[in-house]
Amino acid sequence: MQKKLLTLAVASAMAATSSVAYADLLDDVIARGYVQCGVTEGVPGFSFPDENNEWSGLEVDYCRALAAAIFDDPDAVRYTPTTSQARFETLGSGNIDVLSRTTTWTMTRDTDLGLTFVGTMFYDGQGFVVRESDGISSALELSGAALCIESGTTTELNAADYFAANGLDLSNAVIFVTRDEVVQAYLDGRCDVYTTDASAIAAERTQFPNPDEHVILPEIISKEPLGPVVRSGDTRWFNIARWTYFALLNAEELGVTQANVDEMLGSDNPEIMRLLGVEGDFGAPIGLSTDWAYRIIKHVGNYGEVYDRHVGPNTPLAIPRGINALWTDGGIQYAPPVR
Amino acid sequence: MSDLSYVRKEMQPELPPPTRTTGPIAWMRENLFSSPSNTIGTILALVFVAWIVPPLYSFLIGNAVFSDPEGLRGEACRFEGVGACWIFIQGRINFFIYGFFPFDEIWRINLMFAIGVVLLIPLLTPKAPFVRTAAVLFFLVYPFVAYWLMAGGTFLGVALRPVPTGQWGGLTLTLIISLIGIIVSMPLGILLALGRQSKLPIVKTFCVGFIELWRAVPLITVLFMASVMFPLFMPQGVNPDTLLRAIIGICLFQSAYMAEVVRGGLQAMPRGQFEAAYALGLSKVKTMGLVILPQALKHVIPGIVNNFIALFKDTSLVSIIGIFELLNTVRSAGSDANWSSPTHAVTGYIFAGFLFWAFCFAMSRYSIFMENRLHTGHKR
Repeated sequence: MQKKLLTLAVASAMAATSSVAYADLLDDVIARGYVQCGVTEGVPGFSFPDENNEWSGLEVDYCRALAAAIFDDPDAVRYTPTTSQARFETLGSGNIDVLSRTTTWTMTRDTDLGLTFVGTMFYDGQGFVVRESDGISSALELSGAALCIESGTTTELNAADYFAANGLDLSNAVIFVTRDEVVQAYLDGRCDVYTTDASAIAAERTQFPNPDEHVILPEIISKEPLGPVVRSGDTRWFNIARWTYFALLNAEELGVTQANVDEMLGSDNPEIMRLLGVEGDFGAPIGLSTDWAYRIIKHVGNYGEVYDRHVGPNTPLAIPRGINALWTDGGIQYAPPVR
Repeated sequence: MSDLSYVRKEMQPELPPPTRTTGPIAWMRENLFSSPSNTIGTILALVFVAWIVPPLYSFLIGNAVFSDPEGLRGEACRFEGVGACWIFIQGRINFFIYGFFPFDEIWRINLMFAIGVVLLIPLLTPKAPFVRTAAVLFFLVYPFVAYWLMAGGTFLGVALRPVPTGQWGGLTLTLIISLIGIIVSMPLGILLALGRQSKLPIVKTFCVGFIELWRAVPLITVLFMASVMFPLFMPQGVNPDTLLRAIIGICLFQSAYMAEVVRGGLQAMPRGQFEAAYALGLSKVKTMGLVILPQALKHVIPGIVNNFIALFKDTSLVSIIGIFELLNTVRSAGSDANWSSPTHAVTGYIFAGFLFWAFCFAMSRYSIFMENRLHTGHKR
């Protein structure tokens, strides 16, 4: 309740000031010389301090892409670690320009806080993890499996719904009170499978004694779309933030990578020519240069590269691409064309 | 004359004292098994030690991972029954101490600490030479030098690369916050305590109001207000640094507590001390400065150090507003999946806990040393 009140107070204060104070954030950002980006305090794969004591991760790369588009310099970012309690207040009070912090896109957050979601960088949701030796490759094969769940959580309800909808047998489920008990029971072999958000499973799996012996199934059975957030009311900044995300997706769809982007400048595919600014000027309406998307790809890479670098199969997290694949590959990541 | 004699001519060799009164057995009889209740206590303690030590040993040393010659990082600690993952500390020690400070600039932090230690030694050692010089340098010059070394910029014609406060962190930041807190809250607390006893109504009301306000609010609330709500009240463009706001919040908060501790000392002073000082013709300021305060502060050294230690530990609360002090760096470094293992997070917490303990213990021992040195006439 307290948190709600505080959020409400911040939201109304923001509503009063935002239209005046943040009329054009891009000008402020350019004058300042860097983007202020709110990140987590450390979530594996999404934003964490790496070996060089620098921020790294899927959501950090989004901030770097934004800085690359504006400044042609992915390092023109200052990161502000935010707690999950204070993240919206930090964004609302103008301490950061964009919040890229494992934030689930919900209607309340999108409509009631003076904030706007930009897109979905990562479709998270409830997934399943099983022992590789069990030879299960899909959640649909889980009928009758001993499933470990936390009692009284959305996780439990989601699992019950999914099993019922697919005619699977949930009678062998084992219920625990806390998350730690669930993980321990799974490790002790008391159950064959356990379920929670896929990104959380991936992070927990890296802390198992033998992470390679466990696989995450590709099915995601609940909706936790995680994406960057900006303050409402500044259309140009919102468009920059949104099209930075779309540029990452479009680049992957068109096969433009960090390695071949210079080569692609000579491509005669009109879609690539428009994306890279060879033909037409799509940067001007959002206050950016013609080669805004070229800069993003040159410095950060496309969405697939970012994904593989931080959470993909070759990282310790090894989250299968699943629904985060492009729409052309059976996923739901989809960007409107540059035209 | 015969050689027979009934008088002993040489000394009898000394016998060892009876085993029941000396040696380890006697010591044990006296100290461990002197009474039935004592015996039960000893046995319980032994059982506890036998219960706690072996697992602790196997976790901290026996099954712990101390080296990582192949550079496997977290993988080296991923096996059944692994103990502490000390290579995580070794690998990330730079981050724990210096935070996000640029790698090639950390000599600046080292230099800052070196100067600080050199200046603090004469200040903390009784009867050391150059105390006055060191005090002037430490309190008036050092803060500017330290700020310049940390933040960069141009000072005395020497330009250093600017490092925004967002990149300060780790143990460095914990020490900076607590040192500033300690140094600022002490004089501020004394002033507030004196103000609270003042006969001037405005001064008194202000001090009472200030102390009661800050003591009544939890530190987390203060930090949260300072970091999140404060910018909303300011005109656009005026946006003081988050770290600065947090430090100011901590200083004001601590000075209120300090004021109450000092007031306790002032109230312990007998009226005769004031009267004697007036009788000598000392002014009010001199009475306070030369007679009352030195005695009052001496009385409350344990309380003051208690506050310092609490402040040192409370610095970890700034993590709630996204400032990367020691505990937060340890926690977030653990979120690097390359270092993930069953025990790396716990190992990090043990390390952070040990550092906190070491600093607090040092402060506590130093305060006992000061108390003993100043025990003129009151020691029981």
